[in-house]
Amino acid sequence: MTGMTRMTRMTGTTEPLLLGAVAYDPKVVTIWTGFRSWLTARGLPFDFVLYAHYERQAEDLAAGRLHAAWHSPLAWVRSQRLAAAQGTPLRPLVMRDTDRDLRSVIVVRADARHRRPADLKGETVATGAVDSPQSTLLPLARLREHGLRPGEDFRVLRHDTGVGLHGDHIGGERDAARALMSGEAAAACLSDASWLLFAQDGTLPPGATRPLDRTGPYDHCVLAVGHAADPDLADGLGRLLRSMDHADPEVRHLLDLEGLTAWLPGRTGGFAALAAAVTEAGHYDERGRITAPEYAP
Amino acid sequence: MTGAPDTGGPGGPGPVLDLAGLGFGEGAHLLVRRALAGLAPGAVLGVAGHDPALPLHLAAWCRREGHRMLPGPFPDPRVRAAVRRRPRDRDTGRRHGAERAGSPGPDGVVARPPAHWGPAARGALVEAGGPPVPFDVADRDIAWTDLAPRLYAHAAAAQWDPATAVDWAAPFTLPDAVEQAVVQVMTYLVENEQTALVIPARLLARVHPHFREVLQLLAVQAADEARHVEVFTRRALLRGGRMGTSSAGGRASLASLLAEPDFSLAFFLLSVLGEGSFLSLLGFLDRYAPDPVTRRVARLARRDEARHVAFGVAHLAHRADRDPALHGRLRGAVERRHDALRDTAGLNDDVFDALVVLAAGAWTPEAVARGHRAVRRLREEMDEGRRHRLARLGFPDDEAAELSALHTRSFM
Repeated sequence: MTGMTRMTRMTGTTEPLLLGAVAYDPKVVTIWTGFRSWLTARGLPFDFVLYAHYERQAEDLAAGRLHAAWHSPLAWVRSQRLAAAQGTPLRPLVMRDTDRDLRSVIVVRADARHRRPADLKGETVATGAVDSPQSTLLPLARLREHGLRPGEDFRVLRHDTGVGLHGDHIGGERDAARALMSGEAAAACLSDASWLLFAQDGTLPPGATRPLDRTGPYDHCVLAVGHAADPDLADGLGRLLRSMDHADPEVRHLLDLEGLTAWLPGRTGGFAALAAAVTEAGHYDERGRITAPEYAP
Repeated sequence: MTGAPDTGGPGGPGPVLDLAGLGFGEGAHLLVRRALAGLAPGAVLGVAGHDPALPLHLAAWCRREGHRMLPGPFPDPRVRAAVRRRPRDRDTGRRHGAERAGSPGPDGVVARPPAHWGPAARGALVEAGGPPVPFDVADRDIAWTDLAPRLYAHAAAAQWDPATAVDWAAPFTLPDAVEQAVVQVMTYLVENEQTALVIPARLLARVHPHFREVLQLLAVQAADEARHVEVFTRRALLRGGRMGTSSAGGRASLASLLAEPDFSLAFFLLSVLGEGSFLSLLGFLDRYAPDPVTRRVARLARRDEARHVAFGVAHLAHRADRDPALHGRLRGAVERRHDALRDTAGLNDDVFDALVVLAAGAWTPEAVARGHRAVRRLREEMDEGRRHRLARLGFPDDEAAELSALHTRSFM
């Protein structure tokens, strides 16, 4: 607290740090309103705006209309390209402990004849939304590694729920799981967390599915700081977020809602596979422009 | 879980949990959590099992729970995954700042339960945080009475079923005028009982659930009134007649009861004065009932009302002990209500006449005079009862008499 007061006095700024977040669920209002109260009570001038989808958030961060953005991994990839194209800095400030080392899985029905990814040739594979890293972009890239070209060697049955939310809306993944169980698809692409969730909530009956393949580990959301941010304020935000303690009842319910127990330093190594997948799929070009066909957030 | 010495994670030997065929869709997390809870923070658990999803589901579960998965290979060929227990127990973190909400028995009631305890069970370990729930009756001196647990137990044991507690088919025949008198009295009773239902129901929603027995008692009290409404309505319609009249003055009197916002004053007006007077009225109906059904419903209701009056008196006596200013406020409540009703007609004339008819029992001048005397005696009994209860609350005799005289002429 003392440090923050000193910092504010030092920078002499009154303009709050402005963060963007995507309203993929009503709980986002609770989370960021709560974080804002907590941060401002500790001396950090902080404000936030909510976006309908990640593309505008990434564009506004690049344009300097935002100082920071709570980004999906795909939004990070786009922001990185937009920043590189205009020669401005971008840094990963923090991420959740639960954002590290996720995997996606390609699952089939337990009794299916498919034993190897190559067995999916000529089959239908269910995915989430067109812009979902975990249930579309990364698993399809994995199948490409096995020599299977989406749309050519197998049919892609996409479930475009919440397009522009980069897969944050779990509806597309759930529909993919249902398509697998109904026999509409031979395989479904899911994040490991969603696969576990669907096994536990009954979307997938116990023992009804098995993994055919999995991706390497990758990272998920990250708080990105853009070129317009006051570096001291951004550092202050990172310090305060990382000081949030799950034992503190004031923030615990917010951390529970956001799905973390601790904020960790941001890192970028976990986004390389997604960046490659984005290029292969032609989702964005190298300058961060949207090039995916059928993508209209 | 087995403690095989030659197995474990990459760090060396350690315990191994064998899940056999159990998957995470079937509760495997319960066994994993239990096994990890028995380990020191940082210790490694090997997990065996043959569910094809095991390593991937375990990895996703560990990420959510804050444990770390360790890469293989593992010396024990059965082990398919290894988990390093998280450094700090998150459940311990969740319990940080938690407190006991008093203790479960009636002697565990605290003076001022905080709003964030909300509906937590008395004696529960309450996690810190959580929204404050604004129960405005949250002070032991206002909400609580030591008699509440005993009265609740008594009330719960004394519940009766309107369908079987009354012999609705009992044979009787009444002259039309007497039947009409019964119907009129029943109509009057229903509107009073409906008011007596709404008041405890409203008040109980304001009491902090920490004072559990008070809520329970008020809930049963409301349920009592619900049954009274039923049996009085059913008796009124038993011979196929129409309901009687409802007077504006009677409803004004009841409205003034509903208007009292203070918890203790509302109970004072309703239970001590109103229902107290009704004990005499229901006793009168028991005595002069022209048929067995009327007698029975009056008797059943009277038993319940006696309990309500006992709670009201106990509650107010408890409060009067702690708050010397209470008497002045009780007096003020009676005077305010009297002033509010000054220009209203008092008891419904139809009700008064019906009571006279019931007590008279015949259409002769002597019988009517007898009936009239009986109703006058009823009013005297009501007054005596009120004065007696006011004295129990610590009012001197003269003041008790004065206040009793200010009570509504409409009985409740």
